Amino acid sequence: MNSYTDAAVHHVHRDDAGAKMGMWLFLFTEVLLFGGMFLVYAVYRYQHPDQFRLAAMELNTGIGTLNTIILLTSSLTMALSIASLQKGNRFLSMTMLSVTLLFALMFMVNKYFEWSAKFSHGIYPGSPELVNKPNGEILFFGLYYVMTGLHALHVLVGMIILTFMFVFIKRNKVTSENYVKLDNSGLYWHLVDLIWIFLFPLFYLIQ
Amino acid sequence: MADTVAGLPVQHAEKSFYQQSTNKYSGILSWLLTTDHKRIGIMYLAAIGFFFFVGAVIGLLMRLELIAPGRQIMDAQTYNSFFTLHGVIMIFLFIIPGLPAIFGNFFLPIQIGARDVAFPRLNLLSWYIYMIGAALVLVSLFLPGGPIDTGWTFYIPYSVRSTTNVSMAIFAAFVLGFSSILTGINFVTTTHRLRAPGMSFFKMPLFVWATYATAWIQIIATPVIGITILLVIIERLFGVGIFDPALGGDPILFQHMFWIYSHPAVYIMILPAMGVVSEIIPTFARRTIFGYKAIAMSSLAIAFVGYLVWAHHMFTSGMSDTARWIFSLLTFIVALPSGVKIFNWVATMYKGSIDPQPPFLWVMNFIFLFSIGGLTGLVLGSLATNIHLHDTYFVVAHFHYVMFGGTGTIFFAAMHYWFPKMFGKMYNIKLARIAVLLFFVGFNLLYFPKFIMGYMGMPRRYYDYLPQFEALQEISTVGSWIVVGTLFFILGYLIHALLKGKKATSNPWGGVTLEWHIASPPSMENFAEIPTVTREPYDFSQLKEMKNE
Ligand code: HEM
Repeated sequence: MNSYTDAAVHHVHRDDAGAKMGMWLFLFTEVLLFGGMFLVYAVYRYQHPDQFRLAAMELNTGIGTLNTIILLTSSLTMALSIASLQKGNRFLSMTMLSVTLLFALMFMVNKYFEWSAKFSHGIYPGSPELVNKPNGEILFFGLYYVMTGLHALHVLVGMIILTFMFVFIKRNKVTSENYVKLDNSGLYWHLVDLIWIFLFPLFYLIQ
Repeated sequence: MADTVAGLPVQHAEKSFYQQSTNKYSGILSWLLTTDHKRIGIMYLAAIGFFFFVGAVIGLLMRLELIAPGRQIMDAQTYNSFFTLHGVIMIFLFIIPGLPAIFGNFFLPIQIGARDVAFPRLNLLSWYIYMIGAALVLVSLFLPGGPIDTGWTFYIPYSVRSTTNVSMAIFAAFVLGFSSILTGINFVTTTHRLRAPGMSFFKMPLFVWATYATAWIQIIATPVIGITILLVIIERLFGVGIFDPALGGDPILFQHMFWIYSHPAVYIMILPAMGVVSEIIPTFARRTIFGYKAIAMSSLAIAFVGYLVWAHHMFTSGMSDTARWIFSLLTFIVALPSGVKIFNWVATMYKGSIDPQPPFLWVMNFIFLFSIGGLTGLVLGSLATNIHLHDTYFVVAHFHYVMFGGTGTIFFAAMHYWFPKMFGKMYNIKLARIAVLLFFVGFNLLYFPKFIMGYMGMPRRYYDYLPQFEALQEISTVGSWIVVGTLFFILGYLIHALLKGKKATSNPWGGVTLEWHIASPPSMENFAEIPTVTREPYDFSQLKEMKNE
């Protein structure tokens, strides 16, 4: 069939600005997704200000701060990776991408230790320890697990995407001429970072 | 005209998109792996049409149960599952994706003079995600625990306490929402990036405007239902307490979040329908649309104000009086842009030379039924009457008039309007006219009695009723036979047309938007050469030149 050549014609259409626009729209939906959670948080914090404050004291601000620094730095390395690819330096770009991935991994490991410490203190949804606390604290920890959990899930997805990008650069599918995929992954990564920037003060700092 | 669509004569010699695929496969794989927006539109048509019939048959069975008081063909629990399933299928699988996914996919790119949507592969992915969501709904029926029985609104606390398969069914709604978001992103980007030269925003056909506004609502509103559903699932799995009053949570908050999405979703259902009406009326009145800009802008106004009226579903849920009257006021305001449209449509028909072909008749049907639905909506939007009618058959009648009489009817209108273009075949006009009449009679028999019963106090979602409702319930059941019969009748003559119908010309109705300039069915690339647009969208002076081509 001659349709194969037709198919080739059909796909040459490339629109980087369009691809970016689509990504921004998608990020917008992500913001709204978390927006729903922030709304719930706001309502319950307004209803139980004292208990929220009390519960927040139990979180480990040290680990929270460390994770904030890690994520912020990873955003920097992500941006560096894009910039180096634009300049044609594939090797540096891939290095920076790996460093970003490493930071993401560190974030997850920290998160793991933080959560398991809470678990060992008997604070997890439905635990007898938690159920006996006042309502505001139950809600605080409920939200803590749901929101940071959802965020961690996004970090995980981000890591998968970045791994793919690494392979794409390696195989020259993402190049200094055609890097909109990497650019969009970067946007996603910054969003994950940005959401953390809001989660961090809401849970760890306002005490 | 020659300058508007250059290279047109070549089109007729070319293969249609049925004969030419976008990939190297042939047969079924060339469909399942296609990135052609037209084929994806048709695949949506097959899937959505199938679920519509499933939903309709469930509706028929419910009506059969209600033919007389007492238990007829099913017990109470089965009825609970049936209305839930009927609601979920009709809302999430039929009416929300219906018009945008089928006709938006097929005609939005053509009407703006593009070869495809901005992200063709994402488009295919959306279809698969839709199918996965639909499959999850079906699987949830057969797993232990039994089919979901919460009603399509999944209200807390029952949706957390119910032992049926709630998690899986609502996860299906989450997945379907994801498909909806991706389609929305695709359409917004397509409209911004792929308009043909000369196609400025104010030269776009009104169907494009409507689909564009809808796409925005899909993007803005759907994530909220996404997170709400996730919270319900988390609540069921881990008992976090976010909506559980025993742990300090607030069930009303769930209702707010549910309706923050689901009310705008009502506009996801109706806006594309209004767009179709704005296409059909000028074509069959042979007049340019009256108040083009007002109609285009009212779509955006609906998209925006529609976001702010959600709590009118919750007047009896325990909100402050201030909140209630504000939402009531906003509800009346959102009726205004809809009114703008109705007046403009009527003004378009005034002194037009009207050609009452089936698509036009469906639109007349729509205006009548939708007006009843809309006006009874005002009755429900007023605080005082709402308290009396809340959760009665009046509500059931109202939303069937709006959704089925409104969007559902326009679904058929669009089907009849674009069928020759999509399939290159013409159906039997006489049979199609009869179908409109049958549908009209059946529909009113089916749902009008429900207004009266609701007024008399018949609550919704009951499988049994007091003897005084018997006569009206029977009329309604007879109506359901006529409606479902008509549906199968329509399916029958359309399939017949598909197999044995006359070949359709490229412009059977005398439309002037871009899809009528190309062959029926279109070629894979739509346009041999991307057209340059110089005319207003509904400029019928070009018809004569088009005939000569
Ligand atoms: C084919 C003809 C149809 C029939 C015979 C039918 C019949 C019914 C019946 C008997 C009920 C239950 C009323 C109650 O007990 O409260 C119902 C509920 C409902 N119907 Fe239909 N219907 C039809 C088409 C549609 C369509 C096209 C839509 C949407 C576009 C739709 C959407 C709904 C919804 C959302 C509910 C509420 C479910 C709930 O309470 O959770 N129906 N319908």
